Amino acid sequence: MSEIEIQKPTKEMTVSDDVMIHMNAVHKWYGEFHVLKDINLTVNKGERIVICGPSGSGKSTLIRCLNRLEEHQQGQIVVEGTELTGDLKHIEQIRREVGMVFQHFNLFPHLSILDNLTLAPIWVRKMPKADAEDVAMKYLERVKIPEQAAKYPGQLSGGQQQRVAIARSLCMNPKIMLFDEPTSALDPEMIKEVLDVMVELAQEGMTMICVTHEMGFAKTVANRVIFMDEGQIIEENEPNQFFDNPQNDRTKLFLSQILH
Amino acid sequence: MTERKSDSHELGSHPDWSPPASTVGVLGWMRANLFSSPLNFGLTALGLWLIYQIVPPIINWAFIDAIWSGDSPDACRNEGGGPKAAACWIYIDHWFNYLMYGLYPKTEQWRINSAYILLLGGMIPLFIPSFKYKGWISVFLLFVFPVIAYFLFAGGSFDLAIVETPLWGGLFLTLVIAITGIVVSLPIGIVLALGRRSDMPIVRALCVGFIELWRGVPLITVLFMSSVMFPLFLPEGMNFDKLIRALVGVALFSAAYMAEVVRGGLQAIPKGQTEAAGALGLSYWKTMGLIILPQALKMVIPGIVNTFIGLFKDTTLVLIIGLFDFLGVIQATFTNPEWGGFHTTGYVFAAFIYWCFCFSMSRYSMHLEKKLHTGH
Repeated sequence: MSEIEIQKPTKEMTVSDDVMIHMNAVHKWYGEFHVLKDINLTVNKGERIVICGPSGSGKSTLIRCLNRLEEHQQGQIVVEGTELTGDLKHIEQIRREVGMVFQHFNLFPHLSILDNLTLAPIWVRKMPKADAEDVAMKYLERVKIPEQAAKYPGQLSGGQQQRVAIARSLCMNPKIMLFDEPTSALDPEMIKEVLDVMVELAQEGMTMICVTHEMGFAKTVANRVIFMDEGQIIEENEPNQFFDNPQNDRTKLFLSQILH
Repeated sequence: MTERKSDSHELGSHPDWSPPASTVGVLGWMRANLFSSPLNFGLTALGLWLIYQIVPPIINWAFIDAIWSGDSPDACRNEGGGPKAAACWIYIDHWFNYLMYGLYPKTEQWRINSAYILLLGGMIPLFIPSFKYKGWISVFLLFVFPVIAYFLFAGGSFDLAIVETPLWGGLFLTLVIAITGIVVSLPIGIVLALGRRSDMPIVRALCVGFIELWRGVPLITVLFMSSVMFPLFLPEGMNFDKLIRALVGVALFSAAYMAEVVRGGLQAIPKGQTEAAGALGLSYWKTMGLIILPQALKMVIPGIVNTFIGLFKDTTLVLIIGLFDFLGVIQATFTNPEWGGFHTTGYVFAAFIYWCFCFSMSRYSMHLEKKLHTGH
């Protein structure tokens, strides 16, 4: 693969106070399959990164490595100044600060919406129940569904469930939010309500890493767009440059296929 | 309801119609389920004929021809001395105390009754939806009640006379074995199931080994081992009570089955649930206790209750190691020369009691399933 020119970030990577995530030469394998190859990425505080690429390119695996839902086998990942290793204490500490929203929402179906939101604050942050419920209602209002608090996830539409999932992460007051294809499992008419919540969150200055194919969203909020293919970061640029003037042939091909 | 005028409405404003009269109500139901075709008509007739052949004789045997009063077994006999072809309920009446308590001394039976009352009194609030302290009641029933029950039954302290376990018997002994087995096997089964799905190879191997060993052996063998072989391995003079050995055997045996039932539930929970809980910072045990197990156990309630019902009926096997459970004492009464010959009544009564307990468990599980359903 040496003929592919990988665009390395020009800035020298130093771990300063503003750096939230630092990935240094990260490799990962599933068995024999080399799924992440030499990933270098630095995310600063307040930055909003969109990762796109064809399916199987390793983009989901990349962000799942950031809270150790997947384990990397080589290289370093430093989140919030703590390196991710096998140490359970560190993993749990990082997970408390990093929220994640999944493609399939993964709400807890046996708990009411309110209990979904208060569970982690109560059991992980040791917050008193009444306080946790106040926080939960605050975030449910922010995602505009406070009236659903007593219902169960199975009674909500997909878009509503995903907004609950975002609110559930926010209840832990995370410093970083990871989105793993948050709108891919939604009906077209529900995508907008979820994207609106995410745009609002971006405008408030949340550090976000988002795997998505919503190019409109990328243009609106991203500081940087990263294109991945076959486990590598192929191209990385600010959105205007990325969409109007892609450098790599594969990026051009990918963009021509998804932007009709 | 609006009348049917299929052409009178505008496009997009079709009124709601009621369904055709022939498809609803009793008549509709009968038409659909009993007489929908000549074959079904024939089957319905055959069914009615079978009911007519079977049900009236049973009612005659159990109620109309049955002997309800009398002091001696002679009331239940023909002139020739053989038993009459009807239920001899005075036989049950005569032996009732023995069937319920075995040889437990009559003067001490209040101790068993008190435990029953305590247990039932504790369980009733669990069925009241608005009752607030269900958690505390459950803790009491699971952890405090067994201790109280042990001291009440065995005696030896608090001025209670010692009652040796060989005197325990009847329905009382059956309940002791079954309830102990049920209460102990579920938590052990859960731990084994979690262990079998663990990432740690040694824990996993131990759990698999335990489950496969106990599942691969008939319960009779377990009981024989516990009562005959096990004492041989103990040092001289050291001995456990036979009942305790049987209890441990039954509990571990059921735990192995329970583990596999619970594992089935664990496997049905999507991986995303564990990931979502982990991403929120929950530890392994909190993830299991708060997210995975509540869903998995709810899903396998039918399987769990199935195992409980099996366990309840399997308690009858303790007869072969010389413990006289409910079925055991019934069989013991047959050997009494004065009251001989009433096998049918005895066995029917036994079957009825076992059925009542098992059916209650089944109904309770259905109630639980409905209550815990949250629409997913």
